Amino acid sequence: MKSAAFQYSRPETVAEAVALLTAAEGSAMPISGGQSLLILMALRMTMIDRLVDISRLPELRELRDDRSDVFIGASTTHAMIEDGKIPDPSTGLMSRVASRIAYRAIRNLGTIGGSMALADPSADWPACLIALDAEVSIAGPDGQRWEKAEDFVSGAYETILLPGEIVLGFRIARRQSMRWGTAKVSRKSGAFADSMAVFVEAAGDGLPRAALTGTTSHARILPRVGKYAQNRSILDPGDLRAAILDDLAEIVPDADAYQLRCHVATVSRAITDARAS
Amino acid sequence: MTVTHLTINGETISQDINPRESLADFLRERRNLTGTHLGCEHGACGACTVSLDGMVVRSCVVLAVMCEGRKIETIEGTRKSEPMDVIRRHFHEKHALQCGFCTPGMLMMARDIIARYPEPSDSVIRSQLSGQICRCTGYAGIIAAIESAAREIRDAVE
Repeated sequence: MKSAAFQYSRPETVAEAVALLTAAEGSAMPISGGQSLLILMALRMTMIDRLVDISRLPELRELRDDRSDVFIGASTTHAMIEDGKIPDPSTGLMSRVASRIAYRAIRNLGTIGGSMALADPSADWPACLIALDAEVSIAGPDGQRWEKAEDFVSGAYETILLPGEIVLGFRIARRQSMRWGTAKVSRKSGAFADSMAVFVEAAGDGLPRAALTGTTSHARILPRVGKYAQNRSILDPGDLRAAILDDLAEIVPDADAYQLRCHVATVSRAITDARAS
Repeated sequence: MTVTHLTINGETISQDINPRESLADFLRERRNLTGTHLGCEHGACGACTVSLDGMVVRSCVVLAVMCEGRKIETIEGTRKSEPMDVIRRHFHEKHALQCGFCTPGMLMMARDIIARYPEPSDSVIRSQLSGQICRCTGYAGIIAAIESAAREIRDAVE
């Protein structure tokens, strides 16, 4: 289980990294923690001619607390978030999500930016970041741009990143009296989720956001669930279940009975968890 | 090949490294540090766990070239580590190993668990250890060893 040969570069600036990735015309990949990418390479599931090491770029390590929002650099590791070493806009949600990703040895190197950019269909961060309505900062050959996290991941292992582009980090707004809940079902602790849900609501902040991952595609918002939960302090289990199933019919039309049960369970538990706090 | 400078068990070296070499292969094949065991070679079993700048990592999913300027500690480097002496003794006393293949990784992880959770409960140890696979012991001895080692280390500090 060893990777095929590849070239390695360690650029010192974002511009240099973008130039290297652009010049490679799709045969290069950026690497930071490498906790998914190196495994895919060892299993020869992906062939890459050049790895561009972006793990030391200062822009990607930035952590900024701007009061109304927080910027978290893409190279921030799951363990840093788990241990509360970042300014936290999520009142503990991000730390909880981080602590349930894989194992500590993986969390020490794996990064939030890598999780988002690789877009594994069962990854935890896409669901969490779309529930928090985060924005993604992207650098590329044509400069820097911001996109909504919800629009960023577009399918299983698919994002809107163009050739040469890298994720710099995430902007997450602080919300007044925010409540959150999350639930995850996996076959064993540390395994990728069969289903994972994140629910976030805040006073006077529009629809509550329920996000689901672990489908065959990408993490998605469940709009009918948000609408049903809005301004309702007591939820009817039957009505909630119907709202979840309505969303699932659209988002995961091919789900079997077991998958549907998992998704209904995680979404319901995430809401219960939020409302209990 | 990329010239890389790194510190292994306190010794700073510089060596030409092929980018595709994992840290585990580099340690075993080029530095003869064969205490780091390779089980699955894709980050699933935990046998190759080492310490990188004080953090536990899986050396099979770390590229040696990416360790430029960093400090690595392998099981060989823990011979003079006081907490590790205690942990090793408790592994022996509680029958926490049989074939010994997973043991270097288990010990590195055990020390990390005790450092982060000075008073680890049975369920904390179980969940924190869930990334380390042992096919002999059924884990009971390992969990007992970590629990009692943590107690001895805690008592020594107080």
